[in-house]
Parts: sequence; C-alpha cells; structure tokens
Amino acid sequence: MTITTASPLASIARPRRRASMRQWTGILYVAPAMALVIVFFVVPLIFTVWMSLHNWPLIGQPSWIGLGNYTRMFSDARFFSALGFTAYYTVIATIAIFALAFPLALFVERQRTGVGFYRTVFFMPVVVGLATASLLWVWLANVDAGVFSSILRWFGITGRAANILATFDSAFALIIVMVVWKIVGFTMIILLTGLQAIPADLTEAARIDGANAWQRFTKLTLPLMRRTLALAFILSITGSVLAFDQFYIMTSGGPQNRMISVVYYIFNQSFVSFQLGYGSALSIALLGILVTLSVVQLRLLRVGDER
Amino acid sequence: MNTAIKARRARKKLFGNTVFHGFGLIASFFFLAPFIWAGLASLRSNAEAQSPPLPPWPKNGISVDAYLTLDTFGAGVWQHTMNSLLVSAGTVVLTVIVSILAGYGFSRYRFPFKNLMFVLIIATLMIPFQSILTPLFIILAKLGLNNSLLGLTLVYVTLQLPFSVFMMRNAFDAVPREIEEAARIDGARDLKLLVRVLFPLVLPGVVTVAIFAFLNAWNEFLAALILLSDNEKYTLPVLMTAVRAGRLGAINWGALQAGVMVMTIPCLVVFLLLQRYYMRGLMAGAVK
Repeated sequence: MTITTASPLASIARPRRRASMRQWTGILYVAPAMALVIVFFVVPLIFTVWMSLHNWPLIGQPSWIGLGNYTRMFSDARFFSALGFTAYYTVIATIAIFALAFPLALFVERQRTGVGFYRTVFFMPVVVGLATASLLWVWLANVDAGVFSSILRWFGITGRAANILATFDSAFALIIVMVVWKIVGFTMIILLTGLQAIPADLTEAARIDGANAWQRFTKLTLPLMRRTLALAFILSITGSVLAFDQFYIMTSGGPQNRMISVVYYIFNQSFVSFQLGYGSALSIALLGILVTLSVVQLRLLRVGDER
Repeated sequence: MNTAIKARRARKKLFGNTVFHGFGLIASFFFLAPFIWAGLASLRSNAEAQSPPLPPWPKNGISVDAYLTLDTFGAGVWQHTMNSLLVSAGTVVLTVIVSILAGYGFSRYRFPFKNLMFVLIIATLMIPFQSILTPLFIILAKLGLNNSLLGLTLVYVTLQLPFSVFMMRNAFDAVPREIEEAARIDGARDLKLLVRVLFPLVLPGVVTVAIFAFLNAWNEFLAALILLSDNEKYTLPVLMTAVRAGRLGAINWGALQAGVMVMTIPCLVVFLLLQRYYMRGLMAGAVK
C-alpha cells in the first residue's frame, strides 16, 4: 500500500536513492504490523469516540446527540453500581492474590530439590483460560452435582446441601477463591523474578549485622522489590478491573444482578440492549479509568526510583 | 560430642525437608485437584454424571458418555474444536510472520517515524481491547469480516502484536551484525537472508511468541462471544456457554466436564512441553 509513493524517488541522485531505498525496505518490513494496529486498534479507538457522541442503534441511522450519552452516564445508577462492584472486586481480589502469592514466591525461591516441580504445578492453572476455569468451578460449586457442598456437609459446616452460588457473599467468595487459584501462580513468578534480583550478599550482610528474618524482609527485601511489586500490582489491578468471564459464566451477573462488572455492563448495553453509542461512551469512561490507574501507578513507581 | 552435633543437624535438616515438602505437596494438591477431579469425573457414565463426584473416579467402569453428550451440542464438538484450532493456528502463524518482519525492520533499518511507530505498537498494551469491542464489531461488519473466523483471527493477531514485536525486536538486536554481513557477502539478501540465516538464530524468540499467541487465542472468550454470531462458527469457549445454559433448565454436568477437559488439555500440554520458552517470555515481559 506504500509502494505507489515510491516512484518520485527515482529522480533523486544515486547515493541518496540507495539510502531511501533502504528506508522504504524498512518501512515495508513493519508495514503489516502497522496496518493491523491501525485498522484493528487505532481506527476502532477513534471510532469509539465518534460513536459515543451518537445515539447508535444496531439497525437504522445513528443520530448525533453530542454529549448526551455522557450526561446520561452520570445519572445512570446501574453504571455506578457496576463501578462500585468492580472496585470492590478489584480490591478484594488483589489483596487475596498478593496474600498468597508472596508466601508462595518465598517458598519456591529456595534452592532445593523438587522446587521446580512445585513452581510448575502452582503455575498450571495460569495457562488455562479464565472461561475454562470458570466452567470448571461452577461445576465444583454446584449444589447437586458438585463437590463443595458435599464436602461442607461432611465437615458439618452446613446442615443441608448449601447452594454457594445462591447468595451474594458466598458466590463472591467462591469467585475470589477461583481467581486466586487461577492467577496466583502468575503473580508468584513475577514476585520471584524480583526476589532473585536481590543480591545474596546484601541479605547475608544484614544477617551478620543481626537483622532477624522479619526485619530483613520488611527493611531489605520489600524496598528492593519496589519495581517488581509495582508491576505485579498494575497487572493485578488492570486485570481485575476488566473482569468479565467469571461473572458471565459463573453467576450470569449474580444474585439480584449485583455482580455486574463494568465490562459486563458495557457488554449488556452494547450487545444485549444494542445501544452501541451508549456502550461506546461507557467504554471511553473505562478507558479513562484504566489509563488514569496506570499513569498513577507508574508515577508512584518513578517516585519510588528517585528515593 | 562432634557426632551429637552432627546428628542434631541431620535431624534438623530432615525436619526442615519434611516441613518443606509437606507444605509443597499439600499446596500442589490444591492446585491440581480441580483438574484431576474434572478429568476423572468426565469419564463417568451418564447415569453417574448428575451425582456428586465422591469418589471422583467412575464406579461402574470408564465411559465416554460425557464426550458423546458434548458432541450433541452446537454443531458437534469436532466442528468447534476445529474452529478453535483454526483460529489459534491462524493466530500463531500470522503473529509469527508479522512480528518477525516488524522485529527485523525495527532492529535493522532506519526510517522516518520509526520510534513513533514502535511506541504506537507497544502503547496498544495500555488500552484494554474490551473498550474497543463495540466499534470493532461495526468495523468488521463494514469489512465483511463479521461472524468470520478470519476476522476474529486478525483481531487476535493485533492483540498479540505489542508483546510479539517487542520480543522479536529484542531477538534480532541480540544477533551480531557480523553474521548478517558475512551472509550478505555470500550473496544472501533481504527475505532470503531473513529466512535462511537469521530465522534459526531467533527461533527461541519465535517459539515464545508462538506459545503466547496460541494460548491467548485458544482461551479468549469475550471477543469470540461478541464477534461470532453463527452457531457453527463458535469456538470452544462460546460453545460451552450453551452447555452451561443447559437444556430445558437442566445442565448436563458430564458434557461440561468433558468440554473443560477438551479446552484444558492442549494448554497444559503446550505449557509442560515448552515451559522454558514460556517462562522466558514472562520474564522478558516482567523485566521490561
């Protein structure tokens, strides 16, 4: 697609021509990647903004309504409850993942026989899809054909068969357990790379100076891992904010529609109600939230570097 | 005296090992149990499938009932597995080709707006694709690629590009220029040079890119759910929503376990066989 513009170059002097030939070869190499990114990313992104300024039904003519979708958004109670739920989920999931990933990272950091096996096993759920994991766990949690309710009854925790997915709190807890099972190996490996980057003689020196294990961890390990921690936090938070599969598959939006995440709400507006314009406006809001989160976290990270 | 200290040390070491492996094995059990449970339960006969899997293994002999029932959903499990394989293989091949070309271009050539283009490709990582799905749906329709596996594949390739182009540029950067110059003197040029001489040298990077492309395309759910509307085109995760929804209000749990296994096994096989390359990619991403 860029070849047509190459012809005027023929008139330019020979050495110049060689150089620009080489330039065009370079552009040719990156052209397929650029074309894909422009057609399937940049154009849709710009188009999202354009659509968000319209009332855009699936069939029929879109009509310009300016900022109408955005004013509607600010008075949309269901959107704010989706935001609230997503924030709640993000905080709980991130805390739960880190609470388990850190001990596991410390566990698999040790140089011992069998540690490679443990790393592999803890990581295995990560490579399986979130949709697959959700399907697997929705069966495990099923009241009649699943495992959990029978186990709970065995241990006498619940009297009769408990329907975990029937109430908000137990369904939410189940989803958190599933997500931790699925993701914790990933966070563990990220933290492990940070742990391994700490020079062994530093910890040794601290040990000789009489610092105990807890002091070494809080005063030495944690500060030295700031970059890794920030990265793991960014990945965990952005991943949680974009959660969809688990709510769609496991609870279909949950008891009393209380488990609608932001992406789920956009999905409903765009592809169930077919209000594509409003869905686009919501997408822009989501985009703004995520970019803000990333920038804030990167800023915090940079401030950490200067210290 | 000396032997007593030695004995105490040995006992301490034994105790430490027991605690270490005790914890490791218990934790491993929790991570593996769901897979094993579903795998064993999927081999039970239809009569057992609706009861709790305690014990998980089949009581009346191994049966493939669950997989046969799964085959009655949608256009048959083969069709949907082929759809998933087609999309994943297409994503792998296209991602590898496009990212090798781009990685080579960014590593070896100078051209206007080079850095801007590179940053643009990497910057798409910052923007969640979930937020552009609505217009993507309309743009694909305009291109005549709505409800098509090719359209879905192209979207997946685009999503893989930031990571893949970054990986491949680094891979080419690590190849010494002398090798290239020597090959050039021997008469190898441009694409021939790239395919014959450089490709084997960047192969580890290619494997990493291919693994991530495969796993992400095989597992992706939301884009497939939105962009595919025709029953016959569904990839496995979308098919499974039909199984999850059930028929006449009843869910066939055997079919669900079978589906979970069909989706899980390829991922685990790819990961276990090529773990080294997978971890390399993860580290590269983490260090960046």
